[in-house]
Amino acid sequence: MAVKRHIVAIGLNHKTAPVEVRERLAFSSEDTAQILETMHQHHCVDEIALFSTCNRVEFLLATQDVPEAVEALKDFMAEFKDTPRHTFEQALYVYNGDEAVRHIFRVASSLDSMVVGEPQILGQIKDSYADACNYGTCGVILNRLMHKSFSVAKRVRTETGIGDHAVSISYAAVELGRKIFGELEGKAVLLLGAGEMAELAVEHLVNNRARPIFVANRTFERGLELAERFRGTAIRFEEIRNYLKEVDIVISSTGARQYVLVRDDFKGLMRARRNRPLFFIDIAVPRDIDPEINRINNVYVYDIDDLKSAIQENIEERQQEALRGERIVDAAVVQFRRWFRALDVVPTIVGLRDKIEKIRQKELKKTLACLHSVSEEDRAAIDRLTAALVNKILHDPTTFLKQGGHKDKQSFHVDITRRLFNLDESNEKEPEPEG
Amino acid sequence: MSLFSASTMACYIASSIGYQGYILFQKKSVYRLANIVLFIGFLCHTGAIALQYFEAGHIPVQNLHDALSAFGWAVAGVFLILQIKFHLMVLGALVAPLATLSVVIAALLPKPPVELAPLFASLWRTFHIGSLVVGNAAFAIACLVGILYLIQENTIKDKRRGFFFRRLPSLKLLDSVGYASLIVGFPMLTFGIITGVIYAQMVRGRFWSWDPKEIFAAITWLVYAALLHERLAVGWRGRRAAIMTIVGFVILIFTFFLFFWR
Repeated sequence: MAVKRHIVAIGLNHKTAPVEVRERLAFSSEDTAQILETMHQHHCVDEIALFSTCNRVEFLLATQDVPEAVEALKDFMAEFKDTPRHTFEQALYVYNGDEAVRHIFRVASSLDSMVVGEPQILGQIKDSYADACNYGTCGVILNRLMHKSFSVAKRVRTETGIGDHAVSISYAAVELGRKIFGELEGKAVLLLGAGEMAELAVEHLVNNRARPIFVANRTFERGLELAERFRGTAIRFEEIRNYLKEVDIVISSTGARQYVLVRDDFKGLMRARRNRPLFFIDIAVPRDIDPEINRINNVYVYDIDDLKSAIQENIEERQQEALRGERIVDAAVVQFRRWFRALDVVPTIVGLRDKIEKIRQKELKKTLACLHSVSEEDRAAIDRLTAALVNKILHDPTTFLKQGGHKDKQSFHVDITRRLFNLDESNEKEPEPEG
Repeated sequence: MSLFSASTMACYIASSIGYQGYILFQKKSVYRLANIVLFIGFLCHTGAIALQYFEAGHIPVQNLHDALSAFGWAVAGVFLILQIKFHLMVLGALVAPLATLSVVIAALLPKPPVELAPLFASLWRTFHIGSLVVGNAAFAIACLVGILYLIQENTIKDKRRGFFFRRLPSLKLLDSVGYASLIVGFPMLTFGIITGVIYAQMVRGRFWSWDPKEIFAAITWLVYAALLHERLAVGWRGRRAAIMTIVGFVILIFTFFLFFWR
């Protein structure tokens, strides 16, 4: 019987399980060691790797008995997390063979992520794989699979535009800022008010070396907090107009009902600024910045709708790029399948050659022992003769096995070969095939 | 047509196509190739002009054909120099066709033999036309950059995305390149006008004759002087500056042709 191993991917993600279930099943790094060791000892698990984030939990197994391994894993998860199987079983997906390979490739390439094209997941997967290597639970198959998934992920990132353009408000603001100012380094930023999106935008700007940062909040203490976070300066809300002369980018997110800045505030301002461009990002609803201000030369005002439509185009384009990414993944799956199939054949060929070689050695020894009058040269010649015979006879079968042929026939061929030459000694009771 | 001239034209046309290709397909290798081809074309063009110099014994800028050809040469040259610092990828798509157009039109024009005035006067005339040609080329590039600036500024101001937003560089970069071109062009223009005045004195006996050419040249000079002044003093930049560079260049073109069609 052929020794056939299967690749299985089991897991759940943000699409199949609500956050309560994901929370319950998320594994910490301490958990990881224990899980890997325990499951690896299970008789039907040859190799195992585990990957857990706030959005997904993924198990990768190489096993000879898929149903048994899946059941064992589900039982283990229920026991380890002290939660009955039925609470998470519905949310689990189980992929086998090619589908498992495709799944892992897609996850690594960020095609399965909540935000397609996000860059963090590849690093997270690499870390998890390093852990599994440390605990020695990966073997030939998973090693190859993981390395291939890294290279596929890299290809998808570089060959498609999947990660190219901003799909979040804060990134969009940074992208626009770059289109106006070229470099963001050294550009002064003013934050009006507070709020998650606004603060995130400031953070991105700071990451791009924008400075100095000024924070103005109606509550001065809150302003101080934020200023400290960004290593900037807090100013009083009343001083805003004075600082308009100094800053280049203004992010506004106050709860004010009226405009915080109107066109009249700009009299003489641009001249005082020597016409340096000024960029307003108005995330507030209702708006903080009078849209009329956009009509002033060298001033650019974007409100939340403008930013959203800027992103919308990027989101659509990203979806297009994701399709191209899927095609790259498809091609990689086919390549991997070829390798995986050959994996079957190689031990068979090796086993075959080994067996025939053993026979040759045995017969050679037997014969040469009886031939006393044979010279050293003749012994060598007989050795060469038998070796050549073996090679020539095995050449055709080996080639045939290696070339693979029709995809489904290959396993059949491997199986037949093993039976024909009785490579698995325990199979004496199996009937010989006809012909 | 000499081998040099033919190669020049071929290279300019090829690089024009290359730059358009870059705009459409956004492949950096195409852009780099177009740069190289343009540079080769520039070298061939230099060779062609050098050849003419040796054949004629004087720098060939005396008739419209030669001046246009020199204009194309200067445009390519100034652009390549700016590229060293600025790498303005999209600009090539405008500049290379301009150089191509100059060279092609020049080839179609007749080449009337030029009556060689006494050497000294001819030398002033050569300086006069030569520096104006280089100045014109720089202002032409400033104008093209101004156009690109206006396109990009419109997409940002009006929040329209579309074809250009991604492909055009930042406003800051466009503004800087425009400014650099002005700084190259203005001294050349000034020098050109001064040498022109001196030449006029030699040939006509008067520094200034109040004919239309001279008036328009003066107007052009004033426009660009004002532009530079406002930029330095007040920080006039961005949209208004871009519009002024375009207007200035239109006047300049007009003056240029006025010179030769008399």
